[in-house]
Amino acid sequence: MADLIRLTAAELAARVAAGDVSAVEVAEAHLARIDAVDEKVHAFLHVDREGALAQARAVDEKRANGEPLGPLAGVPLALKDIFTTEGVPTTVGSKILEGWIPPYDATVTKRLKAAGVVILGKTNMDEFAMGSSTENSAFGPTGNPWDLTRIPGGSGGGSAASLASFQAPLAIGTDTGGSIRQPAAVTGTVGVKPTYGGVSRYGMVAFSSSLDQGGPCARTVLDAALLHEVIAGHDPLDSTSIDASVPPVVEAARTGSVAGLRVGVVREFRGEGFQQGVLNRFDESVELLRGLGATIVELSCPSFDKALAAYYLIAPSECSSNLARFDAMRYGLRVGDDGTRSAEEVTSLTRESGFGPEVKRRIMLGTYALSSGYYDAYYGSAQKVRTLVARDFDRAFAQVDVVVSPTTPTTAFPIGERVDDPMAMYLADLCTIPVNLAGNAAMSLPCGLADEDGLPVGLQIIAPALADDRLYRVGAAVEAEFQARWGHPILEEAPAL
Amino acid sequence: MPGITREEVAHLARLARLELTDEELDHFAGQLDDIIGAVARVADVAAEDVPPTSHPLPLTNVMRPDEVRPSLTPQQALSGAPAHEQQRFKVPQILGEE
Amino acid sequence: MTVTDLVSYEDALASYDPVMGLEVHVELGTKTKMFCGCATTLGAEPNSQTCPTCLGLPGSLPVVNATGVESAVRIGLALNCEIAEWCRFARKNYFYPDMPKNFQTSQYDEPIAFDGYLDVQLADGEVFRVGIERAHMEEDTGKSTHIGGATGRIHGARHSLLDYNRAGIPLIEIVTKPIVGAGDRAPEVARAYVAELRELIRALGVSEARMEMGQLRCDVNVSLRPHGQEAFGTRSETKNVNSLRSVERAVRFEIQRHAAVLGDGGTIVQETRHFHEDNGTTTSGRVKEEAEDYRYFPEPDLVPIAPEREWVERLRAELPETPLARRNRLRDEWGVSAHEMQSVLNAGAVEPIVATIEAGADAAAARKWWLGELARRANEQGVELASLPITPAQVARVATLVAAGELNDKLGRQVIDGVLAGEGDPDVIVEQRGLRIVKDEGALGAAVDEAIAANPAVADKVRGGKTAAAGALVGAVMKATRGQADAARARELILERLGVTE
Ligand SMILES: [Mg+2]
Ligand SMILES: [Zn+2]
Repeated sequence: MADLIRLTAAELAARVAAGDVSAVEVAEAHLARIDAVDEKVHAFLHVDREGALAQARAVDEKRANGEPLGPLAGVPLALKDIFTTEGVPTTVGSKILEGWIPPYDATVTKRLKAAGVVILGKTNMDEFAMGSSTENSAFGPTGNPWDLTRIPGGSGGGSAASLASFQAPLAIGTDTGGSIRQPAAVTGTVGVKPTYGGVSRYGMVAFSSSLDQGGPCARTVLDAALLHEVIAGHDPLDSTSIDASVPPVVEAARTGSVAGLRVGVVREFRGEGFQQGVLNRFDESVELLRGLGATIVELSCPSFDKALAAYYLIAPSECSSNLARFDAMRYGLRVGDDGTRSAEEVTSLTRESGFGPEVKRRIMLGTYALSSGYYDAYYGSAQKVRTLVARDFDRAFAQVDVVVSPTTPTTAFPIGERVDDPMAMYLADLCTIPVNLAGNAAMSLPCGLADEDGLPVGLQIIAPALADDRLYRVGAAVEAEFQARWGHPILEEAPAL
Repeated sequence: MPGITREEVAHLARLARLELTDEELDHFAGQLDDIIGAVARVADVAAEDVPPTSHPLPLTNVMRPDEVRPSLTPQQALSGAPAHEQQRFKVPQILGEE
Repeated sequence: MTVTDLVSYEDALASYDPVMGLEVHVELGTKTKMFCGCATTLGAEPNSQTCPTCLGLPGSLPVVNATGVESAVRIGLALNCEIAEWCRFARKNYFYPDMPKNFQTSQYDEPIAFDGYLDVQLADGEVFRVGIERAHMEEDTGKSTHIGGATGRIHGARHSLLDYNRAGIPLIEIVTKPIVGAGDRAPEVARAYVAELRELIRALGVSEARMEMGQLRCDVNVSLRPHGQEAFGTRSETKNVNSLRSVERAVRFEIQRHAAVLGDGGTIVQETRHFHEDNGTTTSGRVKEEAEDYRYFPEPDLVPIAPEREWVERLRAELPETPLARRNRLRDEWGVSAHEMQSVLNAGAVEPIVATIEAGADAAAARKWWLGELARRANEQGVELASLPITPAQVARVATLVAAGELNDKLGRQVIDGVLAGEGDPDVIVEQRGLRIVKDEGALGAAVDEAIAANPAVADKVRGGKTAAAGALVGAVMKATRGQADAARARELILERLGVTE
């Protein structure tokens, strides 16, 4: 049984389909693993044992009846607690939603269920997806399975940690400024931010609407592609959803190759603040790509220099508005309603006690950036920077097929190190943010361990919007070559829990 | 750009409906000042003739036909309410304009 | 300020020139809400027409109602506006419990329609052109009921109950340019504008625009400037003025109030005010300690609207005749004066009359029945003319019977009584109540003879040439026949018997 948790999603699905193992056995193996290790890791906020087993039973019944099964039927998954799940608590890592049971499923949730994917539970995250360490969760931090005293990245630290600790072979994250890719990088897993509009945002609690994008997390490129195909595609309930067929990501993951591909290296993704071990692994990755037949092109994207600043105006602005609905009137926490206080007072008291410091900080920053007198200088300018970033990418993609960079400037830092230094924390997303501003697709996959600390380093691959398949083509080739060199998947080097 | 004052932070907190403590006001005033100082560089492009981007993809005219879809039941709608009465959401007194 | 402190209207106008701005919100009659598929049926159980989107549940997203956009474009075109080539929705951020997301999805600096006008006709036939600044799309809020205070008012209530069925219903906000030059006719212009707009909205079929149902709501901005001054004065904004009469009264009251304040050397505070139907006054709303800062920004959950020019031109070509043009055409066709047309309009009788004529009645008769008998009854019962339980076809039938001499006016009224009482169609009532005119010459002759015999003095007067006195004898005949005689024929017979000619 124990080895079931070490299998990839593709392998598990094949075994379930072949009848070698039942979906219920697979689910039970993962639930047992959660019982064994999650007290230490704290990847999950809520484990839906009954729901998972019921879904697994349904898959087994379908199989018994000879009905066709989807490519991931019976495979367990850890769902970031930002997606609504009908009848199952959804907190977004916040006290303000503690105990809220949504009356509806997110589109992603619906698609997972329809595909026979077994949702094990909801994973920990920085409150409202604001953070890069999962320390901003109202329900306590998640440990990095490589070193439990270190952060698993954020905001989707719970999803990444669940993969790295073999509690789930698949997970879902959301990426507003790097919240899928940065946790993937620091936990030695694979994470993909699809093209903006590729995966429906309906039922995904909004942080920054024009940047948020849900995406797949897995331990292999192929698994990510299989999950990508399940959750992506047009959704009439999301006006920003792309009405076009999903790029052939699974096919690309199966036929990985970079021969003849032009790969861009951006000069600005380097320099001060980058850990030497991270740069070493990145440089090796570039050499590896060259060795596999890619042409390396050095590029400059001067506007990236202002991307972080633009992001920390746009995201807080949108969040200040998106989070206004948490007012203690219709759902969630209500504080101070003693019969004498007004609705306004109760709203203010509830928000004060229900939101954590990072959320308050960003709400105030966004309120400031949008307020009259400051709008043009801050929000308006940030939107112009966004145009410049997109133009830099356009110029880059006129010369190359994909761009590569380190996913994050450093490896996982110790829990507590940057908690009260927001600017230092924000730097973790330096390389991932420009992608969200432009709406492109990007992947992070492991490219080795840093020399200084032996912790995983992520390689980021960036593709133009709608060309998500390129990520998988390049990612699969890089993954295969690295594993051939290492002789095994990188997670085998992680300490036992 | 001028720094952000404690009074401004208090004003923002009122606009955002956050009943901040005095300690928080001091703390946030310092942090917001740092952050704003760091992000103010975007204003370098304020005068440039660059169109702002509000949406990452150039989609337009996404609409749905005027056809009724099922609503939630009132029970579902009220299921998360901190309080309800007469099938309505019960909220503290609203200080309105009268 | 009490009514007695006001400056008289005439004095106010002698010193000042009023400037108005009117903001009208029209609730569209779409089947579903602006951003979700919830039904908009009136009178539904509380919170039965809500979904994650219109409740603002976490994770929910809006999708634009295509008919809402089409209605906005049609309204814009009918108001002679430019239609934006490209525009966005914006979020207007402010907290209020009746607004589920604590922002209203609206439009800000990119309205879908802008820079137009509406011609309105005043009672004397003069046409006044009101400039239209913009028409934009937005959404309605939920409805709150205040519990514990006096008569459901917000003030003093202990708590409130919220029903979000109305939240998200599409609204079109139509804002005029400053209305200058109306002078002492400002109140009349304001009323005529709202009335004309209402007719236009109805003609477009985008809303029933019933003010008493809140489907058309008006905010009235008024300022005064001394004659000869260019700059506008400070304005007051009177919210939710919800009948045509109230619009007129609110403008009038504010002109008088402003004049009183200014005349005393005071200054007008820019504030929102509330209009009181009972006494026609306005009072100050709650003074806010801090100015509103709505922090508008483009709605990231909705993509821009770029109405295709071809589609816009098609909608333009399909616009119905404007109510003003139609009224003028009907006025010509009916051969009535502007003043008479105004009474038809005020009585809400245009459509019933048109339908009655289409059902075969002649124009004068149709107008006479609706404006006379039926308007009186609607008035007595306090209902709209159109909602009386009688169809234009039934009225037309009565008019036809009268024209054919089968009924006289008095009998016609009795038939209408019967229809309103639910006794059936006119022919059935004529039959059952036995209301046909007596055409039997023998019976009529006998009644005439009786009347002459019973009133010898009157008969002598008539014989002496005072033919006008014959009316009394006709009356006696009508009385004797319980009104079923043909009065004209009775008169002929009386004169014949008495040997006089007219
Ligand atoms: Mg409005
Ligand atoms: Zn709805």
